[in-house]
Amino acid sequence: MIINHPLLGPRDSAEFIYMGDAGLINRPDPETASGEEWYAYAYLRDNPAGEHRELWWHEGGDRSWLVVTRNTVTHEISKVEIARDVARAQGRSK
Amino acid sequence: MRYSGFKVIKEALTGHRGWTPAWRDPEPQSHYDIVIIGGGGHGLATAHYLSKVYDEKRVAVLEKGWIGGGNVGRNTTIIRSNYLLDGNEPFYEMSLKLWEGLEQDLNYNAMISQRGIMNLIHSDAQRDAFVRRGNAMMLNGADAEYLNEDQIRKEYPFLNFDDARFPIKGGLAQRRGGTVRHDAVAWGFARSADSHGVDIIQNCEVQGFRIEGGVCKGVETSRGFVGAGKVGCAVAGNSGRLMAMAGMRLPIESHVLQAFVSEGLKPVLPGVITFGAGHFYVSQSDKGGLVFGGDLDGYNSYAQRGNLPVVEDVCEGGMAIMPMIGRARMLRMWGGIMDMSMDGSPIIDRTHIDGLYFNGGWCYGGFKATPASGYAFAHLLAKDEPHETATAYRIDRFRTGHMIDEKGMGNQPNLH
Ligand SMILES: Cc1cc2nc3c(=O)[nH]c(=O)nc-3n(C[C@H](O)[C@H](O)[C@H](O)COP(=O)(O)OP(=O)(O)OC[C@H]3O[C@@H](n4cnc5c(N)ncnc54)[C@H](O)[C@@H]3O)c2cc1C
Repeated sequence: MIINHPLLGPRDSAEFIYMGDAGLINRPDPETASGEEWYAYAYLRDNPAGEHRELWWHEGGDRSWLVVTRNTVTHEISKVEIARDVARAQGRSK
Repeated sequence: MRYSGFKVIKEALTGHRGWTPAWRDPEPQSHYDIVIIGGGGHGLATAHYLSKVYDEKRVAVLEKGWIGGGNVGRNTTIIRSNYLLDGNEPFYEMSLKLWEGLEQDLNYNAMISQRGIMNLIHSDAQRDAFVRRGNAMMLNGADAEYLNEDQIRKEYPFLNFDDARFPIKGGLAQRRGGTVRHDAVAWGFARSADSHGVDIIQNCEVQGFRIEGGVCKGVETSRGFVGAGKVGCAVAGNSGRLMAMAGMRLPIESHVLQAFVSEGLKPVLPGVITFGAGHFYVSQSDKGGLVFGGDLDGYNSYAQRGNLPVVEDVCEGGMAIMPMIGRARMLRMWGGIMDMSMDGSPIIDRTHIDGLYFNGGWCYGGFKATPASGYAFAHLLAKDEPHETATAYRIDRFRTGHMIDEKGMGNQPNLH
């Protein structure tokens, strides 16, 4: 698979480490979250067959975190974003 | 029809005209006491033990394709019971014992070969860990044997003992481990279940559950509604997809694992070798091909094929530990979809929906578990309580903190 890095252009996926469902960006607030929320965050996954938004960490490159939209049935990648941009767009401060 | 050596000779002399199909091809009935979803090893084993041991007579197995077309027909066929943790080891040891009597139980030649498995050791820390594991195995009635370098040199003289990074310093052997003809496991369980009255229904995809007032009443399939007193799900890599139809999210990710076979060779490799440090394991099939594999590709996938970086990684591992493998040509490679759980251990449990039961999270190690998984799932379905060897395989253990994490990797499924 080739991941089209927004800053570095097309890169071999072997340069990256797969870090799971992009929903992990939305970590519960440690001040207020219930045990149930932490359980769902840490352990439960949608695990869809089809389009999946997921985190890839460019360990063998610029060490940025990306949100990759990829089809889990065909392995086709349709969108690559910088994870920080995605988080900020969702209202996170950093 | 019972199979025997005598029957084979008789058929050979009479032109093989007396063989009959090994199982029927029935139409689905409108209602069963128990419906099993998934005609893989685990679903078929469940049906066998339900009908033979627990005397359940109105049972069906629904399979979306053909039986044995999933992971049971795609794995590298290694059986063993070399686990560390209390939640696991009694279960896998029961499985190994069931394997030992399986061909007689099924009246089917599954080519079970206890040729032994050896985990290689390269450092003092690894030796400590493996000796500890061997002790845990023996405490649970399994066999384990520590071998030093000289003993391994006698059995496997062709290994690369003096590699600079991973010199071979010893090994943990389990002599009762080995390999099995995987397709025969699916067919043998299917034939036995069928002979005890189970309907095995192929080309029947489950497309939804009928759940009324928190009770599961049956399943919607590509061949119509099938009512059921109880529904047991055993669809391995498709667990997430199937249970989503019941509104459930699981502590599971689906990942692809690849396997490889070389051209056929004369016997060169007596047992199974695992080179965990180099992400490589290998055995030789009875046809002569070297059967080998390594790590998961590492990303969510439902495509039954992987990518080239892992091919390279596995072949490098093979060349590092067993350089002569480089003389063999690779014949075939393929992938299967693993139901990777969050702690690397399986689930055999009721769900919060009455009448709906779940078996899954087998990761890349569910083939060896096939008989015990079937036995324990049949026990749960018939008696509504967990089998004594499977009490730790609760679906809510991630909520309660009772993880069974052999490798201590935490909730990252691609590391288990
Ligand atoms: C390359 C590879 C190597 C492996 N090596 C080993 C090994 O050496 N040792 C070991 O112990 N394990 C190994 N495994 C793991 C092992 O194969 C699996 O854990 C085990 O086979 C899973 O259980 P099963 O046989 O029931 O699965 P499967 O055979 O996959 O059965 C599940 C069935 O459910 C069916 N299904 C899915 N969805 C539906 C639906 N909606 N309706 C009806 N039917 C449905 C599928 O078609 C499939 O036939 C390996 C796996 C792979 C891929």
